[in-house]
Amino acid sequence: MHNTKKAGGFPFVKKLMASATCAGALAMAMAGGHAQAGNLTIESWRVDDLQLWQDVLIPAFQKKNPGITVKFSPTAPTEYDSSLAARLAGGTAGDLVACRPFDVSLSLYNKGHLEKLDGKSGMEFFAPAAKTAWQSDDGKDTFCMPIASVIHGFFYNTKIFKELNLEPPKTEAEFFKLLDAVKANGKYTPLVMGTSEQWESHQVLFTGIGPNYWKGEEGRKALISGKAKFTDPQFVAAWEYEAKLAQYLPKGASAQTYSDSQNMFALGRGAVYPAGSWDIAYFNGKLDMGAFPPPVPKAGDACYISDHNDIGMGVNKKSKNKEDAYKFLAWLGSQEFADLYTNKVTGFFSLSNHLISVKDPIAKQMIGWRKGCASTIRVNSQILNRGTPSMENEMWNVNAQVLNGKLTPKDAAAKIQAGFAKWYKPQQ
Amino acid sequence: MKKVRAWQLLVFLAPAVIIYSMFSALPLADTLRLGFYTSNDAGVRSFVGLDNYRTILFDPDWSAAFWNAMWNNIKFFCIHMALQNPIGLLLATLFSLKGLRGARTYRTLIFLPTLLSVVIIGFIWQLILSPLWGVGEKLMGLVGLADWFGPWLGQESTALLTLSLISVWQYIGIPMMLIYAALLAVPDEVLEAAHAEGASGLRIFWQIKLPLIYPTLGLVTILTFVANFNAFDLIYSVKGALAGPNYSADLLGTYFYRTFFGYQAQIGSPTMGAAVATLMFLVILAGVGAYFVMVQRRLTRYAL
Repeated sequence: MHNTKKAGGFPFVKKLMASATCAGALAMAMAGGHAQAGNLTIESWRVDDLQLWQDVLIPAFQKKNPGITVKFSPTAPTEYDSSLAARLAGGTAGDLVACRPFDVSLSLYNKGHLEKLDGKSGMEFFAPAAKTAWQSDDGKDTFCMPIASVIHGFFYNTKIFKELNLEPPKTEAEFFKLLDAVKANGKYTPLVMGTSEQWESHQVLFTGIGPNYWKGEEGRKALISGKAKFTDPQFVAAWEYEAKLAQYLPKGASAQTYSDSQNMFALGRGAVYPAGSWDIAYFNGKLDMGAFPPPVPKAGDACYISDHNDIGMGVNKKSKNKEDAYKFLAWLGSQEFADLYTNKVTGFFSLSNHLISVKDPIAKQMIGWRKGCASTIRVNSQILNRGTPSMENEMWNVNAQVLNGKLTPKDAAAKIQAGFAKWYKPQQ
Repeated sequence: MKKVRAWQLLVFLAPAVIIYSMFSALPLADTLRLGFYTSNDAGVRSFVGLDNYRTILFDPDWSAAFWNAMWNNIKFFCIHMALQNPIGLLLATLFSLKGLRGARTYRTLIFLPTLLSVVIIGFIWQLILSPLWGVGEKLMGLVGLADWFGPWLGQESTALLTLSLISVWQYIGIPMMLIYAALLAVPDEVLEAAHAEGASGLRIFWQIKLPLIYPTLGLVTILTFVANFNAFDLIYSVKGALAGPNYSADLLGTYFYRTFFGYQAQIGSPTMGAAVATLMFLVILAGVGAYFVMVQRRLTRYAL
């Protein structure tokens, strides 16, 4: 029998152990070698945009800069941060690096992986507010060029709304009346979302609907300064609202993935879809839809939207081809790029101060909300994600549990606050 | 026979020793070493002794997740031991019966999933069990059980069990094949002699075949143990590294992944990760060690 000891098939996941130390070597295998002069490689988590970069954006850049070849090489969003960090440490990451906002990129900068970009050509087109997501805490160093922000709200299926004689809601009460009407009709799912992947329940729903309760920036800054706690009524109210929404989710929502939800709404089986503006491109041409901002608690209340600085671009300090990388950045700051990106990558809104006319009607509508409502970023993305336990991961978990009916709003708030107070001085 | 000289030994052993130490022994030793360090924001490492281990085992932020993962891992292993290996034994015994029709086809079909990528397995089962589009509910409806269907991959109470069953389904071919091969090696004369003495089929199985394949069953057990405590890929491909809902499917593998590589906004820490990897290594080492001391030594081997 001894000769069968090596019988294959069992997943000898010894590689886990090995990778603990040779992450560098592992990363090298993943990255596929260094770039050479004249070649640029872009790291990004926007897998969906691959086609666009290849067919539209990169050719447009090359028209102005012949002789530089650019490769867009994205990694799946959930794996991007970790695999990029490993590749940067191993010296095999691409020349240009798409930057997450705030702490994830800041940590890369602090570890010396990203170049300082102040004064580089192209940076002059961005207002200070646009740059905050990619600056050191004192605002002195900027390490990524801002590209775009995303806005949160709700999409609705126009056909279903017409059939059931519904109007986009303005207040919370109207919203629940509408959802009840769809539910009573029984033909469609009122609210299309699942909690299997957990992130949507936080990033799309909670930070989308919440700012109306904690008054956007005011509430967010109060958390940072220590003047407010997550257990305060304005934050608990957001979770209570979320918990009430749970009864309108599809059957078996706890096992429903993000792409399940996208499919379901695209197939016309649901009335309302909690959305990020990046979803526009997916649904365009698949169904007739409209959009409305998160309803306010009471008629006449000021409205707030989650208008989140989402994506920037930095330069890898170990890049062999920085000269061309800066040329590329200068182009990223141009009017041409702002226009192409806003209108081709529908749902991502340029952060530059070039004047751009948004062509897509839904995108235009969403960017128009900036006029009537105050903008804020996702509540925990600045500073609050810095400690252990990671608030972002906790938020995913807690919000999914609130929607699954496994955690009460009060307990959710208490749990987040307890983790927060553990490491953040102003909250102790 | 000529005497083997020292230089000959060196030359012939060198390739294996070099490759093994470079890609297996050294990284392992380095992992153990790395677990004693910590790194600050600028990425500079400093020695902290057993601090990382103290954090993982005693700081509630870390230990709750660690023990949860460990406990889940034990359940994961128990489900495999309770289902995968007995069913594998049953199938192997059936297939080794002479004159069973279609045995070869079934054998191949049952072995087939082990050849598929875990990512595909995860994807297929996610679709089958999807409450939106899955055939699971319809199939259960055919036998009148539609009301029993639930979003099994999305409930805290069922997620780990469902994933374990998927894993059992995928890997059941391995114990089956190993045991099957062992059963074939049982000499016919012994069985014929038993027959001639008038022993029943069941008695032959319990008193002759089974004792003869004990070493193989032991091997299967230890292989299952090592594979289960290193498990990661299925959970990751179905539930992501957060292994939700509420970490109900979290295993040591996913816990290690989150710690070492980080996940989403959580920034990975190679040194903490190395400490987790070391703990996993120790758990496996202890299990394998216990097996060798308590089981392997006592096994009687019959010269066949």
